[in-house]
Amino acid sequence: MTDPLLRLSNITKSFGAVRALKGVSLELLPGEVHALVGENGAGKSTLIKIITGAHQPDGGTIQIDGEAVTHLKPASAHAFGIATIYQQPALFPDLSVIENIAIALEKPSGTRLVRWDDRHARAVELLRRVGAEIEPETEVRRLSMPQQQLVEIARALGAGARILLMDEPTASLTGQEVDLLFALMRGLRANGVAIIYISHRLQEIFQIADRVTVLRDGETVGTRLIGSSQPKEAAIPGKTIAPPESDTFTHAELIHLMVGREVSALFPPAENKPGPQAFSVRDLGCRAAGIQGVSFNIRAGEILGLAGLVGAGRTELARVLFGITPADSGSIELGGKRLEVSSPRDAVAAGLAYLPEDRRRHGVILEMSIAANITMAILARLFPQNWMRFGTERALAQNYIRDLGIKTMSPETRVGALSGGNQQKVALARWLATAPKMLILDEPTQGVDVGAKAEIHKLIRQLAAQGMAVLMISSELPEILGMSDRIAVMRAGKITAIFDGAGADARTVMAAALGKQSNETSGFN
Amino acid sequence: MALGALLLVLALLAPGFFRGGQLLSICSTVIPVLLVACGISLVIISRQIDISVGSQFAFCSILAGLLIQAHWPMPLAALAAIGAGACCGAFNGALIAGLGLPSIVVTLATMVTWREGLRWWRQGEFVHDLPETFQWFGLGQAGGQTAVLFITALVFTIMVLGTKYLSAGRFVYAVGSDAEAARLAGIRPHVVTFGVFVIMGALTGLAALLNAVRFNDVDPRTGTGLELQSIAAAVVGGVAISGGRGSLWGVLAGVLLLACIAPALVFLRLPPQWEKALQGGIILLAVTADGWRTVRASRSSLS
Repeated sequence: MTDPLLRLSNITKSFGAVRALKGVSLELLPGEVHALVGENGAGKSTLIKIITGAHQPDGGTIQIDGEAVTHLKPASAHAFGIATIYQQPALFPDLSVIENIAIALEKPSGTRLVRWDDRHARAVELLRRVGAEIEPETEVRRLSMPQQQLVEIARALGAGARILLMDEPTASLTGQEVDLLFALMRGLRANGVAIIYISHRLQEIFQIADRVTVLRDGETVGTRLIGSSQPKEAAIPGKTIAPPESDTFTHAELIHLMVGREVSALFPPAENKPGPQAFSVRDLGCRAAGIQGVSFNIRAGEILGLAGLVGAGRTELARVLFGITPADSGSIELGGKRLEVSSPRDAVAAGLAYLPEDRRRHGVILEMSIAANITMAILARLFPQNWMRFGTERALAQNYIRDLGIKTMSPETRVGALSGGNQQKVALARWLATAPKMLILDEPTQGVDVGAKAEIHKLIRQLAAQGMAVLMISSELPEILGMSDRIAVMRAGKITAIFDGAGADARTVMAAALGKQSNETSGFN
Repeated sequence: MALGALLLVLALLAPGFFRGGQLLSICSTVIPVLLVACGISLVIISRQIDISVGSQFAFCSILAGLLIQAHWPMPLAALAAIGAGACCGAFNGALIAGLGLPSIVVTLATMVTWREGLRWWRQGEFVHDLPETFQWFGLGQAGGQTAVLFITALVFTIMVLGTKYLSAGRFVYAVGSDAEAARLAGIRPHVVTFGVFVIMGALTGLAALLNAVRFNDVDPRTGTGLELQSIAAAVVGGVAISGGRGSLWGVLAGVLLLACIAPALVFLRLPPQWEKALQGGIILLAVTADGWRTVRASRSSLS
């Protein structure tokens, strides 16, 4: 039995009064893909920082290759062969691929002469190993996300990485790109590289991982084997979780471990029939946003899912609808009335609401309290004389905290201190407070853990049931298929297909997203 | 907190510091800085900066003096000074909010332009031969100082209430914290930015007037270094340069603390040269403490 490459025993770590890790044990064997899952706040990022040497554990031991290691620093972690690939590539955008690789591999020295031929040759070799078809002289900023990821992996390999930590690497990848990445990972695994794979996408874990360790509340609650046979294509029957074929560990069991309770319905079914047409878009175009001839309509109480590859123009469309980049042509109608939307202010006044894609950046203001965030869009309505009454604001916030299940001690807590799922709920509350007639959700459960995901889905269903028209943009196919009454697919700024909920499945949606049957490889932009 | 400590030390070692006249005199030197610091705090909270306040100050002072010399009634001249300041602010605001130019560049340019323009206009001349009603509003030193104090207290109270209770106040914090998020929520960041600079200008104009009446002539070199003083006071008072944070009470404490150092040194019989060093040290301490607090806060939020 080979020595584990990495063994963590009973690691504890606290930040002030917060006990982030209460006893985590993990073993990593060479040549395995080991998944790490857990809800937000379970301690995954802290654990990663300890493995990479950015934090020192308060207690417990780290063993690399069977030898105990104390005081692991980032430099020594690097020397041991631990490399990390984050969601956002950590490359220098203005430098070329060759230079990025060289910086990581060469010892810093101000006086050495640069040998460009060697560098070029090495870059070419590394790129070939990861299967990237990239010109080495290209500036990194010109590469697509998946390409940048490949460069990062190439760089790590060049530095002699034996342990690769991948944190949500598929967040911005399309289905095809994910397949390519997984193929690469399998190749690395065959060469003895160990990979720690962190993701919220449980389907992927069942596809690629050999074992999975579940973290909950700062403790390891279990490590399980995952069947390594080729998984059948996971169907999305009805609206419940589909456990894939595996005799060692099921999907449902995994969620149970993560959350500590049964999460029965990830996608609650539609309860009532949609009402009359509420929102309609005809021939909408906006040159600046790359949108052309977009037409669709949504009925009251209906959820229209908007699918498409990254870069197909979905967020751009949402921004046009909301007035952030006003349309050049076409018309928008809400409740039968034509809308002139040239700024977010107009949109809000007209009854539209938009929950943007990156909530941390623009959906909420992290510095301000929950109550302040919730009332931000309706201050004029709530306090027409401009004089704020904090009691009223607090009461309103308390209502939403209760209705949406936001976990917090008080409405005055800074939003920045909340977990991802709760921040998303605050963002949602802000828009619900405007009593919109139409809600645009852009990746509503991105980076949100399973428990909170289910809650948010339930809320969205409830809102639709109350008569709201909902446009839901999502890159997670199961979410689109599970939540939408109808599905619109976008590609290159146009809508290529609109499916009725019943008539859609993963294959047809993906086909529409890809357009004709072309062999386009990575690099959609 | 530091202010409390300083005052305590003084009370123990040199009770003479606290004599009424002395305190009032400190107050009247401090008042212009306080008003300007309040204005500049709003600007900084909204994630901008205004380094032209010194020049605005000088311009408004000279203007007030000239108008009085031309026998304008004091209240009217006062309004004119405030209005002139507001116009300067509006000019800054229009360029910054309207054209989206970086505030440091715009206010650097206006700082130089206005200062040099003033110098060219006045050729360094003071404004003298001012009627009796100018200095201290004609009320004599004690009366005048009280009047100035009263006006400032009123304006300060309005500002504190305004930033806390008016939605506009919250907009300033929101825009400074995350302008795009504010925009998505239906706030208009351009309007907020413009407004903040206009308020800054108006406060500067008022401060200029309240300062000018301390003397019986107006020095065109007045206001030099005011921008640094007010920014320093704001920072010491807890206003974060990165925007979105800060309270006017903190600014008050910051202004008082920095202003008390010089006279405190005199009363404690310490060398007056320590003043600048101590001020610098306090500013450094305040910025470090703020930075440390931010680092701790970000470390404790698990994500």
